[in-house]
Amino acid sequence: MNQLDHAAAARQFVADTQRTNWHDETLWWIRQKRDKAAHGLPEWEHLRELASQIKEHTLSKLDQYLEQFEQSAHRNGVEVHWAADANEHNQIVLAILREYGAARIVKSKSMLTEECHLNPFLIKQGIEVVDTDLGERIVQLRQEPPSHIVLPAIHLKKEDVGQTFHQHLGVPAGIIDPKALTEIARQHLREKFVHANVAITGVNFAVAQTGAFVVCTNEGNADLGAHLADVHIACMGIEKVIPAQEHLGVFLRLLTRSATGQPITAYSSHFAKPRPGQRMHIILVDNGRSHQLGRADFRSSLKCIRCGACFNTCPVYRRSGGHSYHTAIAGPIGSVLSPNLDLKKHADLPFASTLCGSCTHVCPVKIDLDKQLWKWRQVIVAAGLAPASKTASMNGLSWLLTSPRLYRLAGRFGRWTLRQFPWLVNHRFNPWYIGREMPLPARKSFGDWYANRGRTN
Amino acid sequence: MNVALFVPCYVDQFFPQVGVATLELLEKLGCAVTYPTEQTCCGQPMANAGYEHLASGCEMNVQRIFSSFEYVVTPSGSCTVHLREHLPAAHGSRIYEVCEFLTDVLRVKSLAASFPHRIGLHSSCHGLRGLRLASMSEQNEPAFSKPIQLLSLVDGLELVYPERPDECCGFGGTFCVTEEAVSVKMGQDRVDEHLANNVDYIVGSDMSCLMHLQGILRRRKSNTDVLHIAQVLNAYEPA
Repeated sequence: MNQLDHAAAARQFVADTQRTNWHDETLWWIRQKRDKAAHGLPEWEHLRELASQIKEHTLSKLDQYLEQFEQSAHRNGVEVHWAADANEHNQIVLAILREYGAARIVKSKSMLTEECHLNPFLIKQGIEVVDTDLGERIVQLRQEPPSHIVLPAIHLKKEDVGQTFHQHLGVPAGIIDPKALTEIARQHLREKFVHANVAITGVNFAVAQTGAFVVCTNEGNADLGAHLADVHIACMGIEKVIPAQEHLGVFLRLLTRSATGQPITAYSSHFAKPRPGQRMHIILVDNGRSHQLGRADFRSSLKCIRCGACFNTCPVYRRSGGHSYHTAIAGPIGSVLSPNLDLKKHADLPFASTLCGSCTHVCPVKIDLDKQLWKWRQVIVAAGLAPASKTASMNGLSWLLTSPRLYRLAGRFGRWTLRQFPWLVNHRFNPWYIGREMPLPARKSFGDWYANRGRTN
Repeated sequence: MNVALFVPCYVDQFFPQVGVATLELLEKLGCAVTYPTEQTCCGQPMANAGYEHLASGCEMNVQRIFSSFEYVVTPSGSCTVHLREHLPAAHGSRIYEVCEFLTDVLRVKSLAASFPHRIGLHSSCHGLRGLRLASMSEQNEPAFSKPIQLLSLVDGLELVYPERPDECCGFGGTFCVTEEAVSVKMGQDRVDEHLANNVDYIVGSDMSCLMHLQGILRRRKSNTDVLHIAQVLNAYEPA
């Protein structure tokens, strides 16, 4: 796969100033709601530390906890499958659907199935897949990927949604009332829920001790799907396992406060065993996670609970939009997870950050995201995936800055040149100059001033 | 107290007045300041761009040149973070950003400074989150700020805060050119918040952020300019 370019996509996004401001302000408002919720709990920082330690511990014994989870789930009458990669995951889902002769399925939000590109795979096999989360359904109708892991349609305004529903659901044009739009989606999805024979859900937390798993939604769509369908398939990345039921108390308190500032999701549904007559499957998916677990510098990225707080706080994400990251999971965490899957394809992402560090400090499980972005940059350059022009200029810069004599000479010459011939840099091919004036070169450097100081004083 | 001054390369070349202010300020506070003339750069521009291996020459220079000093002070939070993280601990731990040197080592309680202007504070990320110069909005922690503590000692100064107190300005090292569009937009948004407060100056502890914000201000032909915090702490402009 060729290298993609976050900067080029971001430039396009930013060109629409009004929409960029609206996107930035909407997500900043969510960040502020998060702050209010987090600062309202005196034990917040303690909770983050606890969550981080529970996840660190679990990752250190991941194989044991996964096997314990498998046994517990099996005892509950759930069929457990293991998938090494996205393709195997999709094949397992397909085989289950074929076994039950299912042609219509409903799916609640699952970033894992996005990561595995399950929808296009199943549609190609002639199966109707309907995303039942409102935001997911909107982007699905538009044939777009979600732009945010918690708020999939955050890049769209209500006018865009009205237009999408008009185009795809046959309702009159020009509906922009959010309540009316939600009612349209509700009626449309109800029909899909009733006719689906298989429901797919994601998994937020899987409890090794009990074999139960928790799915968090605000719309209750996971429950509606799973309770109506004959078969429930739950797809989860292997990092979703936690040791015991009591740990849920830590994570459920952190998850939604971090995500949207709510104390808890409207629905935190615990699934333990199939109801009489129902079949339940869990697919445990690796897809690069074991590999990431083996990377000392990046393993802690597997602590992620997919709250999206790092997206909402990221000043670059807010001003470039999720699609500029060209990956299922955007934002700072996506820029840390994606290079593990395909270094070349995602070599631009760790550079789509100012390393401001805000992400690290909103993260409810304390992933040192800015440090990992920095480390990926080193890996990408070492792998020869940086642009040749950048490498050449960095070599030149390093050569100049390492030698005191050369540095002073180049400084003197450079400042003189810039003062005499400002047009050399004041043009549109200088990326600094496009939106900013160049700094004015000093007549004397500090070093020159200091050398003359004794004489003039 | 003997102190060595480290002046970041771009400050040396473009903003020598910031080096002068830092040196004078330290001298006023009773320090004997030496400026080792063989210094160049801390190495951060290369390392943050992914070329850590190309930064080692600069880092070794710093280590060699400053090894005989007990304290090394610099008017840059971000160079300080880089050197603390990349030099051996015994060397890195002697490097101080100027604000934290004043509050933590010199324990400055008063300043003979006067600056009768309205200023907006810009919190640079590396100083804020890397050095913990102030409490950050992300964390649930008691509020504190070393820069504000120092600015409150300056006569006549009116300090105002932007709506988002610690959002990044978008400079980000090479990010400012490789992601030019987003970088400029971030800077414009910062500038807008400060201009809405009618400030005379945007003041911060890292000239790199301020150089970026100044470029945007000058493009708009604004009357508002930028100043390094050392320039304000060293100012004596009676009202």
